[in-house]
Amino acid sequence: VTLEQMLGLGVVVFPSLLLAILGLAALINRPLSERVISRCTQIAVVAGLVCAVLVLASMLISGNRNMQIEVGDWVVIHDPQVPFHFHLKFVFDRLSVPFVILSFVLTGTIGAFANQYLHREPGYGRFFILYAMFLVGMIVAAVAGTIEVLFLGWELVGLSSALLVAYFHEREGPVINGQRVWSVYRVADAAFLIAAVTLHHLTGEGDFSKLMGSEAWPDGVAAMTSQQALFVGILLLIAAAGKSALIPFSGWLPRAMEGPTPSSAVFYGALSVHLGTFLLLRVGPVLNASPLLSVIVVLLGFSSAVYGVIVGRVQSDVKTALAYASLTQVGIITAEIGLGLPRYIPLIHIIGHACLRTLQLVRAPTLLHDYHLLENAIGDHLRAEPSAWERLIPARLRIAIYRLAIERGYLDALIDEFIIRPFERIFRLCDGLERRWTDFLTGTESRESDRVPAAVPEPAEELA
Amino acid sequence: MTILHIPWIELAILLPLIGAFWVRWLRDPDTAREHSLWISGLSLVCACAAWLSLDTSRPSAALAREQWDYVARWLGRDIFVVDELSAPLLPLAALLFLLTELATLRTKVRRFSFASVLAREAILLATFACRQPWAIAILLAIGTIPPWLELRERNKPTRVYVLHMALFVGLLFAGMALQPLHSQAAAVLLMAAVLIRSGIVPLHCWMTDLFEHASFGTALLFVTPMVGAYAALRLVLPIAPDWMLRSIALLSLLTAVYAACMALVQHEARRFFCYVFLSHSSLVLVGLEVATTIGLTAALCVWLSVGLSLAGFGLTLRSVEARTGRLSLDQFHGLYEHMPMLGILFLVTGLGSIGFPGTLGFVGTELLLDGVRRIPLVATAIVAVAALNGLAVLHAYFRVFTGVRHVTSIDLKLRWPEQVAVLIFTALILGGGLYPQPGVESRYHAAVKLIEIRQQRLAGGNNVEPGLAGSPPIRDDAAE
Repeated sequence: VTLEQMLGLGVVVFPSLLLAILGLAALINRPLSERVISRCTQIAVVAGLVCAVLVLASMLISGNRNMQIEVGDWVVIHDPQVPFHFHLKFVFDRLSVPFVILSFVLTGTIGAFANQYLHREPGYGRFFILYAMFLVGMIVAAVAGTIEVLFLGWELVGLSSALLVAYFHEREGPVINGQRVWSVYRVADAAFLIAAVTLHHLTGEGDFSKLMGSEAWPDGVAAMTSQQALFVGILLLIAAAGKSALIPFSGWLPRAMEGPTPSSAVFYGALSVHLGTFLLLRVGPVLNASPLLSVIVVLLGFSSAVYGVIVGRVQSDVKTALAYASLTQVGIITAEIGLGLPRYIPLIHIIGHACLRTLQLVRAPTLLHDYHLLENAIGDHLRAEPSAWERLIPARLRIAIYRLAIERGYLDALIDEFIIRPFERIFRLCDGLERRWTDFLTGTESRESDRVPAAVPEPAEELA
Repeated sequence: MTILHIPWIELAILLPLIGAFWVRWLRDPDTAREHSLWISGLSLVCACAAWLSLDTSRPSAALAREQWDYVARWLGRDIFVVDELSAPLLPLAALLFLLTELATLRTKVRRFSFASVLAREAILLATFACRQPWAIAILLAIGTIPPWLELRERNKPTRVYVLHMALFVGLLFAGMALQPLHSQAAAVLLMAAVLIRSGIVPLHCWMTDLFEHASFGTALLFVTPMVGAYAALRLVLPIAPDWMLRSIALLSLLTAVYAACMALVQHEARRFFCYVFLSHSSLVLVGLEVATTIGLTAALCVWLSVGLSLAGFGLTLRSVEARTGRLSLDQFHGLYEHMPMLGILFLVTGLGSIGFPGTLGFVGTELLLDGVRRIPLVATAIVAVAALNGLAVLHAYFRVFTGVRHVTSIDLKLRWPEQVAVLIFTALILGGGLYPQPGVESRYHAAVKLIEIRQQRLAGGNNVEPGLAGSPPIRDDAAE
């Protein structure tokens, strides 16, 4: 193992160690102090960042633009007919290295911010466990050399995000929103998994270097036909749309703002929301292989951007407005990818947007204070002038658009009406039929569960 | 004499059997609990030793069995033998019983029959260690009696359970009796019996009914070892033609999807658990469809992961129930601050069952998907099941543990025995997830043997009994 590879492994190992330490302490019911948690987080993030920067330096010096670290087979079955192996492989190239460094810088900044922001919060430890899980997920997804490893990181990001949205779990609102975010993520995960299985079936490989050619990113040619690329690409696009809150999954993004501000900033404003576009960049050769797929990507990106602009303008709280501003930019980045612009353009766009949005979101709690400072500096109140568009569009149409925007495009309402309620109706009907059947067999009421009280009663005295 | 010269399997079965009689005579429930824990613990040690003796030194073990296998001498044939299929199932079953007893609160010991639990443990271990088809059928039939006795004792309705189990036992014995006369007809009857015991839709209502009326512990111990799948592998797989396996797999897949959907609309925690379990356990039978080594390996891996994860999941719910009574899922109960460890275990076990990365179930699900990748519809359905169950698990977690903090004057914290049970489950689920190779390898060897036996049977080989699915027994090795 070379020094370069050791450093590459360090990028993954340090965040994993952080997760192991914080998770184990919680599991054995020995909560760590804020000081210890904060120190461990600092060490892990700085160590990981240093490793990533050294990997970059080493790659620049050596001229190697595609460093692959073969960890080995995690699981292998030497079956003569259908061999199976789950290969652990990490790739450091011109896509993953900037993304890893961006992840470390932003999570490190937010870790320091959260340390103050959540000081003496009852859920301080829980926040940092989920933070560590998110960091591991982001790093593993960024440096994944196979689609299975990417899925591993992808899932960790999803779970930590959903649980962080529900961080203030004593209120029902954040919990319901967390459940909603998780639902969208599960759809995205399912699409991702089916895409991975399909890729295996079509090409017999999950290794990116074999799927996309051995050339370093962004070069590479997908080893599949246009039709195959279209099918797999659409599944990956659904996965990316779910993770990046593109239409029709945009409803979860404002809901995610129920979480604590640090997590909103780094997860939904900066990193998590870009993971979908990162996936599209990683499988860029698949998009190149199908012009129709590229058109779909462009349309989805532009429509999400337009949606973000319209809906974002009518939001009355700053975090939600920023969420839609994020969506607009993510939509544009997606369109850039679909348009086939040089891949560095969307990558630079991601990095710039993530940094700006993180700054805006961490400043959000002090927005009024910032406005006052600004107005004091100007010496006058800030005025909201109607834009050129507002003057051009007829009043009735403006009202219609306003209504559409205030209802957030009815996306959640449509999902509720056409997916969730019919689903509930069908399976409640099945449940009713089952009840009738067991009542018939029993000859009396068969369900004790019908008499279970909704609220938990005071426990029996004997427990005391 | 080395440790391999001891009849570990027989000891693992006899200890709880004798213990059941012993514990029945004890008047003090606390003493009964303590003795039961010791007996189950020793049984677990014996089951582990039996597993190790299979993997390490076969020739010496075989010699030891020549000297010590009184059961075989008495009955004239090997009844209890550990092979690759049953080797990990025995410790898993023994562990499940031990942890259930361990996690039983002292406030519940008066109402919890430890004698009955030990008797059920002996029956289950005997079933898993058995290789003779008729003996397996008889043990499967005996295994259905203790839950019925408990239902009667609690004055609960028994008709749903009795009707289904009577049908199961009837079909099982009819299939066994018909086997020498008409192999295919016998296979059909045995398949029907297996489907009933596995709770395949629409014959699943006995399972929800059992969770409604029996104690949670009894229902859990009756369903989580998945003896239906065991019967499928021992009795049906070696003789069933491909179309029959495909039928089992299709019905199982439909059950998995249906149960996953039903779990999402349940109002009560036990019924929710029952459907989640049903959904996952059905996936084990899906692996049969492909009848390839990878498919079967996947099914066996999913079996272990689901057995462990959902047993832990069920015990977590049982621990919560022990403090609060039966739980409605219509409201948020806000129990996290009272029992954070249970909250974490709930997530770990629940996510382990859906195959979340880093848990025992992840590799099983990946293998299952790899095994069925040539059948895109099946792969899509499996992914959908995992997604739906993921939703259901988090939904239940939020309902039970989040919400306005539950106000109580009583300390609801976890007691140390429960903490031990929690940590053992977590260690196994996460440890198996992070280092899955030994488990997968062992399941692969079992799958290879199962396929070999099946091919020999289908090719008309008469020297292989259907119950011999799995590797040849230890004594056969020595004879070779």
